[in-house]
Amino acid sequence: MFAAQLARQVRAPRPLRSVRRISTTPARRSDALFVHRDTPYNNPKIPFAFNADNQKRAQEIISHYPPQYKKAAVIPLLDLAQRQNKGWTSISVMNYVANLLEMPPMRVYEVATFYTMFNREPIGENFVQVCTTTPCMLRGAYDILGKVCSELGGIKPGDTTKDGKFTVIEVECQGACSNAPMIVVGDDFYEDLTLETTKKVLDAFKKGEKPKPGPQSGRHTSENSAGLTALTSKPYGPGEFCTPEFS
Amino acid sequence: MFRASSSTSQISRPFKAKLRRGFATVSDPPVRRYGGLKDQDRIFTNAYCRHDHGIKGALSRGDWHRTKDILAKGDSWIIQTIKDSGLRGRGGAGFPSGLKWSFMNKPGWERDPRPRYLVVNADEGEPGTCKDREILRGDPHKLIEGCLVAGRAMNASAAYIYIRGEFYQEASHVQQAITEAYKSGFLGKDACGSGYSFDVYLHRGAGAYICGEETALIESLEGKQGKPRLKPPFPADVGLFGCPTTVANVETVAVAPTICRRGSSWFASFGRERNQGTKLFCISGHVNNPCVVEEEMSIPLKDLVEKHCGGVVGGWDNLLGIIPGGSSVPVLPIKKCEEVLMDYDSLKDAQSGLGTGAVIVMNKSTDIVAAIARFAHFYKHESCGQCTPCREGTTWMMNMMDRFVEGRGHQREIDMLLELTKQIEGRTICALGDAAAWPIQGLMRHFRPEVEQRIEKFRAENGPVLFGGRLKSQTDPTLAIPDNLGANLPEVAPPSS
Repeated sequence: MFAAQLARQVRAPRPLRSVRRISTTPARRSDALFVHRDTPYNNPKIPFAFNADNQKRAQEIISHYPPQYKKAAVIPLLDLAQRQNKGWTSISVMNYVANLLEMPPMRVYEVATFYTMFNREPIGENFVQVCTTTPCMLRGAYDILGKVCSELGGIKPGDTTKDGKFTVIEVECQGACSNAPMIVVGDDFYEDLTLETTKKVLDAFKKGEKPKPGPQSGRHTSENSAGLTALTSKPYGPGEFCTPEFS
Repeated sequence: MFRASSSTSQISRPFKAKLRRGFATVSDPPVRRYGGLKDQDRIFTNAYCRHDHGIKGALSRGDWHRTKDILAKGDSWIIQTIKDSGLRGRGGAGFPSGLKWSFMNKPGWERDPRPRYLVVNADEGEPGTCKDREILRGDPHKLIEGCLVAGRAMNASAAYIYIRGEFYQEASHVQQAITEAYKSGFLGKDACGSGYSFDVYLHRGAGAYICGEETALIESLEGKQGKPRLKPPFPADVGLFGCPTTVANVETVAVAPTICRRGSSWFASFGRERNQGTKLFCISGHVNNPCVVEEEMSIPLKDLVEKHCGGVVGGWDNLLGIIPGGSSVPVLPIKKCEEVLMDYDSLKDAQSGLGTGAVIVMNKSTDIVAAIARFAHFYKHESCGQCTPCREGTTWMMNMMDRFVEGRGHQREIDMLLELTKQIEGRTICALGDAAAWPIQGLMRHFRPEVEQRIEKFRAENGPVLFGGRLKSQTDPTLAIPDNLGANLPEVAPPSS
């Protein structure tokens, strides 16, 4: 019995892929590169400094924290700097913030790589983030993602359009689950989307307009769309229904 | 049984008259139905942003009404009121809030020269959860007033509201409320004219789910990576900037002034024993009208879905399962969904949890394995990478779940995956490891036949599958395969077939 099996195996031609390499582990993919490489558009020689307005804002933010813990302001300041730097955090931005807060640059790099809202590569004018976590996925978020990508000329999530107008990424839960599916463009939430309204929103942005944020289905916020089931009456006023002490 | 009872009635007893009851007088205590909260008992009266969220609107809705008198009552009165009201933390863990706040006032706290902080956790990132958002943008003054009242209770000197960076509109509403409150003298050196000095600051995060964890939030607020700290020392001893700190959820803080004004017994009159109060529930997924609604605790899950959301898409019978408390709790099958009440204890008994009250409804059109696999992706993305079981385990679970979606696996791998979840659960600093493990455990507890079927189907089409997802047909027959890859293991048929 064994002999018969052996004979059959020997006769079979040896498959080509049996040549084994030293390692066949695929390269580990991550969201973004976690190291900095100097490029013409992103290197420490490019100057960056806050403009006068942001200078003032930065001082205001720093004043919120105890003076010996100035570095607590690093996240708000990076955010501020990112806004001034066309929506992305370059190495010069990080160095500037480190200098301003008198902290080692490495500590700023750590923070900037940890939080997903800091883009360490340039992004398009309109930053489109499509939520695809389960509550959105149940309501068809992947169709929306596909629609967004195809509307913008067949780019893939993570890419920027050729004209530099749009960047699309897939993000995790944005906290608007009762209004799923939703996309975020810049800072604004566009909720209750269908394929048609997605196209409408993107078309408006293509024309340089800014559509009204919020639910695109006609409802106001997150109430029941078929008619209110709560908070139908006028809200009660000061002192009503309170204990005698406080009425 | 009957005979026994009749024989006892023959024994002479002083209260014999009570035992002799006619049929007509036998009545069970009335069954209390929970739910159906009236508008006058709702705390967040502007949850839908239909009114002005600024100070004028807030004052007309009763915010900042005699806050000075609440503050004048002192810390122990506020804490006692919260304790009596039965309020439990609304962020997911459900720890009694009054008790938690009282940890800040240890004997001899007055001699501690350090400042003391209240940190409000508005880093709402749990998939399915969108309740705090409605408070932040609709009723920001309730939160600011809550900061003052809760801060007074724990004798804090300042409050930081850590709001997630994605909530831009919400952050601007809260900032507006803070500015208005300072202008009206409700905050600052002499808050509400009570002589108590209190500051509130807003801090925007930058997109990390892990920062919703208590100690990670503190780390993040200090300007570091959001990696949870080991406890002890607990934040009430050494927290933000090395000072005593308490971290509380937005909803917990925001309900405090209303409880103080309307009385603890009012709040305690809702819901079952130990689960009292009202709560914001956010319902998403396959319901006809997803919404956020404030309801009584202990409302039956089915009532919540049918009454406020227009029912499940395709009718209740089309329901597959419900995740009752956000992504971190196990899924419940339809049978359990019919009977559970939305409170901490009932859901715990059903081997799930209330979490944040985020109800994710899935009907029969859902690919449940893919839905849970998507959660595995989420946790893989959000694991901070500090503890090895979580960092490596979430990746591993994600890979296995992805294979199970198409059925590319071995029947025995289901148990391996379950064992893996058990090895992650409870072996990490924070609860993210547990949260990543539970949805998968829930899936296997209630929907294991579904996974088994897929594996069987895939096997029927593609032949045997090794552990790790490689097809046996792709292996090189001239090379020996280790036995522990399961290539030659007979597939055990599931008990159902």
